[in-house]
Amino acid sequence: MNADAAAAELRETGLRSYPGRIRDSIKSGNLGSWPVLIALAIIVVVFAETATNFFTPGNFTNIITQMAGTCLLAYGVVFVLLIGEIDLSISYVSGMAGVIVAELQLPNGAHLPGIWCIVIAILCTTAIGAMQGSIVALVGVPSFVVTLAGFLIWQGAIQRILGGVITIQDSTINNTANYFFSDLGDWIIAAVVSSAYVVGVVGGAVARHRHGIPLTDPILFVAKLVVVPVIAVITVLICNADRGIPFALLLVVSSLLIWTFVAKRTVFGRHVYAVGGSAEAARRAGINVPRIRILVFMISGAMAGLGGVVLAANIQSADLQAGGGTLLIDAISAAVIGGTSLFGGRGEIRNGLIGALVIATIASGMNILGLQTGTIYAVTGLILLLAVTFDTVVRRVQVRSGR
Amino acid sequence: MSDTPLLDLRGVTKSFGSVQALIDVDFEVRAGEVMALVGDNGAGKSTLIKCVAGIHPMDEGEVIFDGQEVSIHGPKDAAKLGIEVVYQDLALCDNLDVVQNMYLGREVHDRLQRLQEPPMEAKTSETLKSLRVTTIRSIRQPVATLSGGQRQSVAVARAVLWNSRLVILDEPTAALGVAQTEQVLSLVNRLAEQGLGVILISHNLHDIFETATRITVLRLGRNAGVFVREQTTQEVVVHAITAGQPTKVSGIPGTETGVPA
Repeated sequence: MNADAAAAELRETGLRSYPGRIRDSIKSGNLGSWPVLIALAIIVVVFAETATNFFTPGNFTNIITQMAGTCLLAYGVVFVLLIGEIDLSISYVSGMAGVIVAELQLPNGAHLPGIWCIVIAILCTTAIGAMQGSIVALVGVPSFVVTLAGFLIWQGAIQRILGGVITIQDSTINNTANYFFSDLGDWIIAAVVSSAYVVGVVGGAVARHRHGIPLTDPILFVAKLVVVPVIAVITVLICNADRGIPFALLLVVSSLLIWTFVAKRTVFGRHVYAVGGSAEAARRAGINVPRIRILVFMISGAMAGLGGVVLAANIQSADLQAGGGTLLIDAISAAVIGGTSLFGGRGEIRNGLIGALVIATIASGMNILGLQTGTIYAVTGLILLLAVTFDTVVRRVQVRSGR
Repeated sequence: MSDTPLLDLRGVTKSFGSVQALIDVDFEVRAGEVMALVGDNGAGKSTLIKCVAGIHPMDEGEVIFDGQEVSIHGPKDAAKLGIEVVYQDLALCDNLDVVQNMYLGREVHDRLQRLQEPPMEAKTSETLKSLRVTTIRSIRQPVATLSGGQRQSVAVARAVLWNSRLVILDEPTAALGVAQTEQVLSLVNRLAEQGLGVILISHNLHDIFETATRITVLRLGRNAGVFVREQTTQEVVVHAITAGQPTKVSGIPGTETGVPA
């Protein structure tokens, strides 16, 4: 075959039929988030039918504020899973952030401005991540062990530092979980987020056109441009029917955009995926693998810190339960249920949001139905098992189709 | 083909603990030739290659590249000289697509570290075309979905993309079927035709006698002779690999007649 025929064949890919491409995607295990999104839609429909007051604007904002902390932690988990590692310390690291903000804002103590309390808390948890990541990357101790030790150490630290409950009085800190934007503010946020997204997508297409690469998928391209603004408008309409967009949602969405940009559009992000795909291949390609690993654990620490501030603000206090309960399991489950592979190299930042939404939606619906906590745990566990089984099967199919 | 070597190794010695992997090995490859590197398991082929690629530091020995003495301390040094290695286990990331693998570790980016996908995509497709790699359907599919021959082609094309001067292929046909082997071997010849130096490591003497210009034999970490392909036979090379009777080294590699002393 000559070069022209090859070019024609390369170009042709974009013009193949949708059913054919969907079949290819299923065969190669490249399904993205679709299975979970469909599952989430089914869950919402079932609860909307069975649980009174489930499908209301008020409950929507409740679910958002309840899942925000978990979701922020889950973004960090996605990064750690992408390089094929695990971070079990995030729950108590987030608890540490809660304790640090609470201590620093004490009127009869340090009494720092709220924003400084938050910044210092996140810097501290980032440093914790750097420390744990260095032990993993430079010494070579398995991350499971290092962060399991961290789990115990930071839990112990919280118990030693806290005498009892510290109430958070600083309004800046509390607002991270309890502030709601006005109607006008909501529309401005929706406009900014939507236009940022549209500019990004169109800008990419223009740059590709300039290099003579045709638009491979006009329908998908237009769909992308329409869907995100529509979701933004619907979210605003729902929130405005209640108290408005919670500040926590703004944190969740802007973190999503920033980390997705980092993961998909920067050299660092590309190297994160490479390390997860094959650390040896990455090393041979000249990538500084330990540096990538340490930075990823720092991201995990930072997001645990931010999440911890929001979680503390949620209850306007730091107590001995900080970082306890099901927080760790929920955050890791969120990333995995959302579709991030535990084997490294496959996943998207948005998986954290989707998974956190699934977990919070199930918890909310079952709460309204009056089911016991035990039942909720068991159901969440089953869904986690399903998600990982699905990932494993898909992975096996993918390997088979590759040979 | 020029007569001055592109890569000239002199007296390379390397040991891992008490194991002597390479002992005083001389080796050279010229631009525009395919130099086969053969030897039994444990003869030191891979170790020699890893020294050149900067994966292992060599204990002793000189590296002269293009007439200049150089030192190679890491993969980046080797890449800077234009030395590219295509490893036996491919060293591709299965989860990344063809373009991402081609540019792995050397992504095109702007000052803000933002990836510049369009130029990478355009250049990838151009390189594949120039090498007549025609069977890959989309350069945006993950390499996990490619066949063995396609993956090997991507790995070789990655080496070419960087305007390399020397390409090292470690067992490029080991896992391939007959048709795919032919495909990769003709790709190897095309590299040499484009004026690159090529080092081909293989166990398969049939492949080597089909493509190589010269053949260097390693045995137990020592150079056991250099043969010009057209002046030797498979029997002679097999004998050198197994019995390790070194040919009389006349000082200029490549001038031996291929008859063991």
